[in-house]
Amino acid sequence: MKKFFAQTYIWFLLALLYAPLILIAIFSFTESRVLGSWTGFSTQLYANLFSGEMQESGSLLAAVKNTLLIAFISATVSMILGTIAAVGIHNLQGRKKQAVSFLNNIPMINPDVITGVSLFLLFVFLHISQGFLTVILAHISFGTPYVVLSVLPKLRQMNPNVYEAALDLGATPGQALRKVLVPQLRPGMVSGFILAFTMSLDDFAVTFFTRGTIGLETLSTYIYADARKGGLTPELRALMTLIFLIILILLIIINVRQAKMQKTNE
Amino acid sequence: MAASEEHIIDLKHVSKRFGDKVVLDDISLYIRKGEFVTLLGPSGCGKTTTLRLISGFLAPDEGEILLDGKDISGIPPYKRPFNTVFQRYALFPHLDVYENIAFGLKLQKVPEDEIEKRVKRVLKLVSMSDYEDRDVDSLSGGQQQRVAIARALVNQPKILLLDEPLAALDLKMRKDMQIELKEMHKKLGITFIYVTHDQEEALTLSDTIVVMNEGKIQQIGTPIDIYNEPVNCFVADFIGESNILKGRMMRDRRVAFIKHEFDCVDEGFGEDVPVDVVVRPEDIYFTTDPAKCQFTAKVNSCIFKGVHYEMWVDTDTGYELMIQDYDPYPVGTEVMLYIDPDDIQVMHKERTRNVFEGEMVDETHVEMLGGTFECLPQEGLAAGDKVRVETKFEHVDLLDHQEDGVIAGEVHFLLYKGDHYHLTILTENGDHLWVDTNDIWDKGDLVGINFAPKDLKISKRDEA
Amino acid sequence: MKRSHWSIPYVVFMAIFVVLPLILVMVYAFQDGEGHFTLANITRFFSDSDALGTFAVSLEVAIENTLICILIGYPAAWILANKDLNRSAVTIILFIMPMWINALMRTLATAEIFNMLGIPLGKGTLLFGMVYDYLPFMIYPIYNVLVKLDRSYLEAAQDLGATPWKVFWKVTVPLSMPGVTSGVLMVFMPTVSTFAISEFLTNNKIKLFGTIIQENINSSMWNYGAALAFIMLIIIGITTLFSDDNENAEEALI
Repeated sequence: MKKFFAQTYIWFLLALLYAPLILIAIFSFTESRVLGSWTGFSTQLYANLFSGEMQESGSLLAAVKNTLLIAFISATVSMILGTIAAVGIHNLQGRKKQAVSFLNNIPMINPDVITGVSLFLLFVFLHISQGFLTVILAHISFGTPYVVLSVLPKLRQMNPNVYEAALDLGATPGQALRKVLVPQLRPGMVSGFILAFTMSLDDFAVTFFTRGTIGLETLSTYIYADARKGGLTPELRALMTLIFLIILILLIIINVRQAKMQKTNE
Repeated sequence: MAASEEHIIDLKHVSKRFGDKVVLDDISLYIRKGEFVTLLGPSGCGKTTTLRLISGFLAPDEGEILLDGKDISGIPPYKRPFNTVFQRYALFPHLDVYENIAFGLKLQKVPEDEIEKRVKRVLKLVSMSDYEDRDVDSLSGGQQQRVAIARALVNQPKILLLDEPLAALDLKMRKDMQIELKEMHKKLGITFIYVTHDQEEALTLSDTIVVMNEGKIQQIGTPIDIYNEPVNCFVADFIGESNILKGRMMRDRRVAFIKHEFDCVDEGFGEDVPVDVVVRPEDIYFTTDPAKCQFTAKVNSCIFKGVHYEMWVDTDTGYELMIQDYDPYPVGTEVMLYIDPDDIQVMHKERTRNVFEGEMVDETHVEMLGGTFECLPQEGLAAGDKVRVETKFEHVDLLDHQEDGVIAGEVHFLLYKGDHYHLTILTENGDHLWVDTNDIWDKGDLVGINFAPKDLKISKRDEA
Repeated sequence: MKRSHWSIPYVVFMAIFVVLPLILVMVYAFQDGEGHFTLANITRFFSDSDALGTFAVSLEVAIENTLICILIGYPAAWILANKDLNRSAVTIILFIMPMWINALMRTLATAEIFNMLGIPLGKGTLLFGMVYDYLPFMIYPIYNVLVKLDRSYLEAAQDLGATPWKVFWKVTVPLSMPGVTSGVLMVFMPTVSTFAISEFLTNNKIKLFGTIIQENINSSMWNYGAALAFIMLIIIGITTLFSDDNENAEEALI
């Protein structure tokens, strides 16, 4: 009985949460400009997405490309910077450790509007012209803390002697890093990368304030501009459905792999 | 195999600090080729630090470390011909047993077939031949231990360093591994340097034991020397069970303790000198012969300990002693006891009172140990004078709550001396003071510290 | 080189791209257009009834949104973490997934639904949409803490005579507070500061605090915009003070 209520509650919430996404997905297979009027099944929106006019710069697909590129570059830098930082923080002690951990928390607590405005003022103050590079720097600044927080637990779980064991067995510090430390931190680095990547994909406010006036569009800023013009470009429905599916598949793959790894460990 | 006289490692006046904390204070020590040396002491005594200085993970602040007579300070750990078996093994979880053991050889670019031969040989040595392809996480503690030893030995180190290798194993497994380690040492003939806090392990395994406490070497000797002739209360208490008692050397070969006089074999202390006396519980004998009896006592507890019985007795003079014997005496029995002169170990007292350096604040206040204490009005001393403050062990007031004392401290070490406890207190500032008390405290208790003004004896200290 | 030194590049990076910008917000907030010190920007806010009104509405919406998210999200997280009630990993994935999809996209989808159903956009749709957007951010950290909760605490409480209801209120809830704190941080702050979302969900009828900051910055009123951002920073400071155990709260996310 208890279980029945619990399950009902869960599935009711999920139904509510997914209703908009599912409706969008359904109406991505019709050509109507307005959501809600069904004008017959069609895959035209998907075809349009990959056709010529959508490929031009300033177009939807260009925005998608920019978004992915920014996310990939910033998450990669975040992963490297954050992993090195985590090793350092792990070896810090007392007040210094607290101070750096506090510093690490600021970007996570800061609302993105504040992050955006403050970085905008920074670039103005330093007379740096804003564009692709400034967006990437901004995304690194809010993505790296997630990498640090993902790698730190791995360092804590790690036997503190493995690095020294490698040196003891004749590995130079560089070899010990590559052959022993990195393989053990890899799961934390990967989840940190994924977090930083999705934070970057998700971001709107910070990009909005740091992209400058050169007309750089990411998916978020494109949608924002599009929606303010009134009405959603119908092709967006197809794009949302695709993104939705890709993420769903990715998540399932990650979880199945995790479940398998847990099983083999047991 | 007998250790040769040739030194393989020399530590000369080595000191090490972590921040303000001195972890090793002027340590000198040599290790002979082929020897099984154990660094023994409680946690925080500096034994692991010493090992890490030898392996090269730490550099000494002062002093030098010699290998075969040559200074090795500048050599990084990965170039030193030593290998370490780490606490909790530190096996690489992402590699299997074979890859773990082959790790060092692969780095040295040893040919693949040679690696295989050597890995197989060393796996046989540790009786793990069929485990090559196993994941290290799937091994038991004892098996991981064997792999860790194999991983170190396969590189044919000149010295094998072992950092509490058996600490994570259960008692039975630990005993078995002790025997195996001892046999491996005999078979291989290389030097073993072993770190442990387990005195029994040290006594079982070692050719030489180095007892350490608070960053200093307390005693170096064979297991038998250390057990039978501890040089101070710390060693006596740490190694085996013992009755440690306040005594007074009357003259050569005559010592008084528990308000009785005994013959002993120690000489050269002088006459009427305060000393500490150690008597092992198995060295106090029961007798039914009134002629042999040196003192009488009443049994107040008797517990079976497997091989022997452990009894606590109250002597006719009001002291409590521990006795071990194969025969039990029921609680309440009046017993006659004697101790052989040979079994009484007399030790110099390390100190007889607390001495602190301080400075007068005003006529009735002195600053010392990081606090300001009230004292009786001092004539002839002005504010700012540097002074020496003395107080007896029994005149230190310990308070339950840290905030009730002028300064706070922690019970660092305690000894039962038959009728009172002798405590070592570590203050917040890192100073030591010693306290005799009848109250019961535990190691690690946090206490407030105060002195009655009349108990502080203050004298002017010469600036030197 | 000590391994603790590895944190230096990051500290330098953060000093330039996190600390310095925040200092600049303060500097600009207390300057006029010519760079002279002034309190005018701050006093202007307190005499600007529009801005004050927006501020009040933002706080109200944020508090309401946070409370609703806790009320709906906590039971959901509890059910998801309870092995007797939920054994399926799929439901958990489904709850996490919206966090991975662009918030603007989800908001637009929601707004489209309201349009399709003919529901007029306003305060109600704003709250509804906010809860939609932020509910997963409340559920996930609470779930994360609850699922790691050592069951022996619960058994110990039962052993000591607590009824299941008492166990829940006296043990489970207090021990899951880091998750709730983290959830509050992840819901409350973004709601106060959000700008695009409120525009879409109310068709620009209701402005939130984030929107007026953005409007001022975009129309080159940097100093006033910075002053508004500064005021928001203070609100954040106060909120984080209430959640004293920040480190645990942040780690509940991962």
